[in-house]
Amino acid sequence: MAKPEFETPTLKEWVSTPAVQPDAMAHSRPFVAKPEHQASLGFPGELVENWQEVALDKMGELLGRYRSLQVFMDACVKCGACTDKCHYYLGTGDPKNMPVARQDLMRKVYRRYFTTAGKWFPKLVGAVELSEEVINDWYSYYHQCSECRRCSVYCPYGIDTSEITMAGREILATIGVGQKYSNEIIGKVHTIGNNLGLPEPALADTLEGLEEEIEEDISVPVKLPLDQAGADVLLVTPSADFFAEPHVDGLIGYAKVFHQAGISWTLSSYASEAANFGIFIGNYENMQKVAQRIRQAALDLGVKRIVIGECGHAWRVAYSFWNTLIGPFDFLDPAYPVPQHICEFTHDLNQRGGLKFDREANDDKVVTFHDSCNVSRGSRLGDTPGGQFTIPRDLIRAACTHFVDMAPDTIHEHTFCCGGGGGLLTDDLIELRVKGALPRAQALQQVIEQYGVTHMAAICAICKSQFSKVLPEYGMGMDMIISVHQLVGDALVFGSEH
Amino acid sequence: MAFELNGKTYETDEEGYLANLSQWDTDAAVYMAKEDDCDLDENHWQVINFLREYYDEYQIAPAVRVLTKAIGKKLGKDKGNSKYLYELFPYGPAKQACKYAGLPKPTGCV
Repeated sequence: MAKPEFETPTLKEWVSTPAVQPDAMAHSRPFVAKPEHQASLGFPGELVENWQEVALDKMGELLGRYRSLQVFMDACVKCGACTDKCHYYLGTGDPKNMPVARQDLMRKVYRRYFTTAGKWFPKLVGAVELSEEVINDWYSYYHQCSECRRCSVYCPYGIDTSEITMAGREILATIGVGQKYSNEIIGKVHTIGNNLGLPEPALADTLEGLEEEIEEDISVPVKLPLDQAGADVLLVTPSADFFAEPHVDGLIGYAKVFHQAGISWTLSSYASEAANFGIFIGNYENMQKVAQRIRQAALDLGVKRIVIGECGHAWRVAYSFWNTLIGPFDFLDPAYPVPQHICEFTHDLNQRGGLKFDREANDDKVVTFHDSCNVSRGSRLGDTPGGQFTIPRDLIRAACTHFVDMAPDTIHEHTFCCGGGGGLLTDDLIELRVKGALPRAQALQQVIEQYGVTHMAAICAICKSQFSKVLPEYGMGMDMIISVHQLVGDALVFGSEH
Repeated sequence: MAFELNGKTYETDEEGYLANLSQWDTDAAVYMAKEDDCDLDENHWQVINFLREYYDEYQIAPAVRVLTKAIGKKLGKDKGNSKYLYELFPYGPAKQACKYAGLPKPTGCV
């Protein structure tokens, strides 16, 4: 557990574009999945003998399956708009972390095998053979992209590097070189139902303990029901909410809101995970299999609504893909959105006067909000454009007196990734995670100095874990990061009119 | 990967967690802690022993609040919190204490 040796970047007054440092992060690569992790996802256990052929077949298949990938391979005009937009480039200076360079790792192979010019005049168009060296680069640099899509906001053609990263990872897994962290986790969801591998008895015991804790704390019998058939709402939340801090205080916050609203709800031990790492590894079949558990649990429990807890990419999968992935949802109550985000749920109740807050409960805090990438750029909250930015902020303002935003080019659709998204929240990538958090840490430092900010709220389990780990590297407290629903829960007044 | 101790070989994963829970013994715990410049005292052992008991029953490490509650009951309320656990295990109680207890590393968004 010795700390790996690297230098944490120094915070400056603003984010400046670093000088290029070729291969500065060439050594960064996550552990490769073991044969058993690969097998349970339907991938070969180790590098297949004819890997070049298999990789190119897969690339051809993906180019046909996703028109977007084909367009992204062809459309780049090398304008340079993306070059200084990636947090990993800003934090490491490695030119291969410029989005265009990350794309080119695949584009140069695409040109060699899938374009006429590249087949005949490879040198003229920068086309190269799919060599072992290229594959090594792919493994390293497709695991230095958190699929946050910030670069796509600035690309005049809308090229989304995350889709190229996903394709790269899928090709790697298909030739037998998957990533241990993500694939082990997906395997646990397939067998146990959540990323942690938390079995039903442990989940039940944990929830029971939390109920006792809440009652001791506020003398209100707030419940955390599990597998309660016939409940109105199925809440699906990241398993980190059961396990870790500060996540668990967000879970307690959801429970308090349900209690106060008088709405019957339940968690499911079969679908005890909102996260869906299938999207991270770019594999449709695994993403579908993971999501299918939620549909099944909703049917088995006979619920009318599905609400998703604070998890960024879970919301993107649910909001953007569920309909075709595991729909239709004709068995749910059509009066409510499918799916519904816990922030929408709480916000809607509050708008209708169903909740009362005592903001003084949070008067010891000056709060800012970190927009999570998958909510900001991959989906929406509410029914108006930009609802994903206003709804969480409205909730914070309802529960807190003191709220300030960070710099405009670091929030809303311009938000910086926490540095640990997209399947990179693993200790074997700690250097990348620390360096990639630089732009966010810098923006946070600014509001700490200017407004005395004490806490940063988020609505994503990955963001919460990542910040509690890396903020101390920048001289900030690990407990600065909290759940939006912790603020909500702490300020909620019980017993008033529903 | 592996380490050897008193003629016994302990298989580990890439990060030094025991590959096989049943191979664990107190010598292995002391050795793994020493490697991280951590001298295990009675307070560490209270946590490690609880982790092992809990794992025996539930096949998973306890959630942080389950752990802090149990430690609070055993050692007094002032110790039933993460701050105390982080003082004992600065790399994070879930990950560091699990390692010395011979448990697999917790996975997921934690």
